[in-house]
Amino acid sequence: MHIKRRQFLQAGSLISASLMVPRFLQAFDQPYRVPKGHKVLVVLQLSGGNDGLNTVIPVRNDIYYRSRPRLGITRDKALGLTDEVGLHPSLTAFRDLYKEGALSILNGVGYPEPDRSHFRSMDIWHSASQSNEYVHTGWLGRFLDARCNGCDKPTMALEIDDMLSMALKGEQAKGLAMKDPRRLYNSANERFFKALSATHRQEHSEKTADYLYKTLSETINSADYIFEKSKAHPSAASYPATELGRSLKTIASLIFSDINTSVYYVSLGSFDTHVGQEGTQKRLFTEMNDAVAAFVKDLKTENRFEDVLLMSFSEFGRRVSQNASGGTDHGTANNMFFISGALQQKGILNPLPDLQQLIDGDLKFQVDFKQVYATVLERWLSADPAKILGRSYDRLGFI
Amino acid sequence: MSQLKNQHLLWRAGFGPMAEEGAALASASPASYLKALFKAADKKPIELDVADNTIKGLMMGVEEVGKQQRQLSEEQRKKLRQQSREDIKSLNLAWLNEMVNSEQQLREKMAFFWHGHFASRNLNILYQQQYLSILRRNALGSFSELLGAISKSAAMINFLNNNQNRKGHPNENFAREVMELFTLGRGNYTENDIKEAARAFTGWGADLSGEFVFRKNQHDTGSKTIFGKTGNFNGDDVLNLLLERKETAYWITRKIFRFFVSEEVDEAKVKSLADTFYQSNYDISALLKALFGADWFYDKKYIGNKIKSPIELLVGMQRMLPVTLQEPDNLLQIQRLLGQILFYPPNVAGWPGGKNWIDSSSLLLRMRLPFLLYGSEALTLQPKDDDDQQMGMAARLKARAGRAAMPKLGATPDWSVYLKKFEKTPREQIARELSQLLLQAPLSIPESTLVQSADASSREKYVQTLTLQVMSTPEYQLC
Repeated sequence: MHIKRRQFLQAGSLISASLMVPRFLQAFDQPYRVPKGHKVLVVLQLSGGNDGLNTVIPVRNDIYYRSRPRLGITRDKALGLTDEVGLHPSLTAFRDLYKEGALSILNGVGYPEPDRSHFRSMDIWHSASQSNEYVHTGWLGRFLDARCNGCDKPTMALEIDDMLSMALKGEQAKGLAMKDPRRLYNSANERFFKALSATHRQEHSEKTADYLYKTLSETINSADYIFEKSKAHPSAASYPATELGRSLKTIASLIFSDINTSVYYVSLGSFDTHVGQEGTQKRLFTEMNDAVAAFVKDLKTENRFEDVLLMSFSEFGRRVSQNASGGTDHGTANNMFFISGALQQKGILNPLPDLQQLIDGDLKFQVDFKQVYATVLERWLSADPAKILGRSYDRLGFI
Repeated sequence: MSQLKNQHLLWRAGFGPMAEEGAALASASPASYLKALFKAADKKPIELDVADNTIKGLMMGVEEVGKQQRQLSEEQRKKLRQQSREDIKSLNLAWLNEMVNSEQQLREKMAFFWHGHFASRNLNILYQQQYLSILRRNALGSFSELLGAISKSAAMINFLNNNQNRKGHPNENFAREVMELFTLGRGNYTENDIKEAARAFTGWGADLSGEFVFRKNQHDTGSKTIFGKTGNFNGDDVLNLLLERKETAYWITRKIFRFFVSEEVDEAKVKSLADTFYQSNYDISALLKALFGADWFYDKKYIGNKIKSPIELLVGMQRMLPVTLQEPDNLLQIQRLLGQILFYPPNVAGWPGGKNWIDSSSLLLRMRLPFLLYGSEALTLQPKDDDDQQMGMAARLKARAGRAAMPKLGATPDWSVYLKKFEKTPREQIARELSQLLLQAPLSIPESTLVQSADASSREKYVQTLTLQVMSTPEYQLC
């Protein structure tokens, strides 16, 4: 018995997921359940505009300390990476990853003519558009469009959330959002919905209705598939009891199965620290640090760390100067973290932002984020970046 | 057939039929319904004013003192922002209520269209209230007046940075979007037209209470060349230049066709409608009369082919089955989860619409919506944060609420009028009649699928469960 996944999904919703069980049982006997080389991207979105300067700290920079008399993190408190660079004190696991060569930091990532509104800047990051153009599809959605011509779309990219982000919406194909495989399974397996899907007549004269029924049946099939895969080899590791901890554990369990997912998307926030930044950033970074630490440990134990790339971003950084409320206001360029067991360039990839060369009190960007996307699409997801991003960008060397 | 056509008109030119719709729905002609829709829209709309008095007091006070927001203390400003956000929620619900209950269906629907066209986000309630008032008052009037009023509204001036557009330091944001999105459409202007037009708009601003101000000393009085014409143009001149161009009539008509008729544009029909629009000097009602009055509008291929937007879905359901919510704020959560919140379009290009509304999670939620609103199901989903609205409060609010998802909606449905419709219907015909009333697209499942899952213990239960099931079919997502 060896039913290929594509055939399985085409067979429709009436076929029970139990057909797949024999394959899972086989899988348990193998030392590597997943063949090496099945690359997985995990995008961690830091929503709300994380303060990059208090994340990767220029501990030798007087301008930094002058601009932030109250919020600046002193050299002795920061976790030293180099003589000049320190990490936020809560990011201990990130420092350890840096030391072992599993973390890269890209500084000054942004785009020309930056927008300081959350939704617009996030829109630009999700769609990978220029700041004066409006695109209603996301970069990972277009990756799905390019990759998935007629294949089982929704599970190639999964978002751990109740709502699907624009980043994962393509013109034809869309990712699937769910917080928990079991809950998705339960809601998709609502008896009436299954009955609708099963008794729908394909020769419907109305094309739009067919599209909806197709989405329904894909959802039901995907829910079965994801649920089964999540149970195939669930992570046995312990994760912090936070939302991100739970989400990364769900992702790990799926990564340990032979599910066809290449992209996972998860968000943490809100980092919009206009007021009382110290406490908020500390709390969120602790959640991030502990969850990522557990995730990496789990991946290593299961021999998957070399095939997983975790990448963090935020829609913008914050102003160099602190404001009057113990916080910072919306800024521009920011740093990104890359975590993987297969980094080609490790550590700090480019110079820290130049605090002498500000534009209206904000950082000048050094690297266009679309270069990061192009690099990840080509070198990690084996896709054609020019086709997905609409133009060609220079690649970076971290993978 | 007449009933289907009438419902088609009511769904497109309004938010769907009401339970109160009598026998006329099956017997009257679409033309008489169209006439009634226009007649109802003759009156001036009721102004929606939800802004808290403290906001008005503070804004007006500041105006008198000297137009400087700095006059407010940090504490006052914080309060102002919070109150403003709360009031925008109220404005959302007040407008939603008009959509459900107003007899001015055509006006509200058209205002809803213009909201997507002249998309603007703003956190100032006075600006948003004024913006909505412009949309609703001018919804069916002259497009020239609407364009002028919106361009000069505080909401748009702030949203598209015209207040930062000064002589010698032009900000091109508004000049670009007014051409690309509001009038001509892409490809009908040059980058140089934008640069020059931006100079003409310099000096346009708005004060804190939302009044338009022209700052003469910030206006660039030099000569500008736009669309090949040279002159000492100001902002009003540019709007007139845009309206002179036939491309504007075409672009607007095309968008109206996509919104009211079909995503698949029939270029010949659009061209002919655009000619009407242009010759009428941009009379929106003339355009709509030509569109809704055309025989082809009732072609089978145009009926039930459109995916309802979340607002259309939510409002349409309530028109048929009125519901009272203990916590009306839950309606905002639903809007957010479905991906369309009034006053929060994704960007200045508005909501993309069509298949963009549908992904696995949004479809499942749409299909559960009737059970959430009218049944006993609890909503366990959590919408994403919106930092523009929550201003950094999201994390704290969430921490306070713990992981508790949204509880039951606390909705009390009013079935009385609706149930009467089926009092005398023979039981075996109920499923069919009810589908005809609720659906615009033909059911692609056998009736038995519905009947088998319905609760047959009483006539009332039977009608209710069938209704909720029909409302949760993929076909009900269409209009």
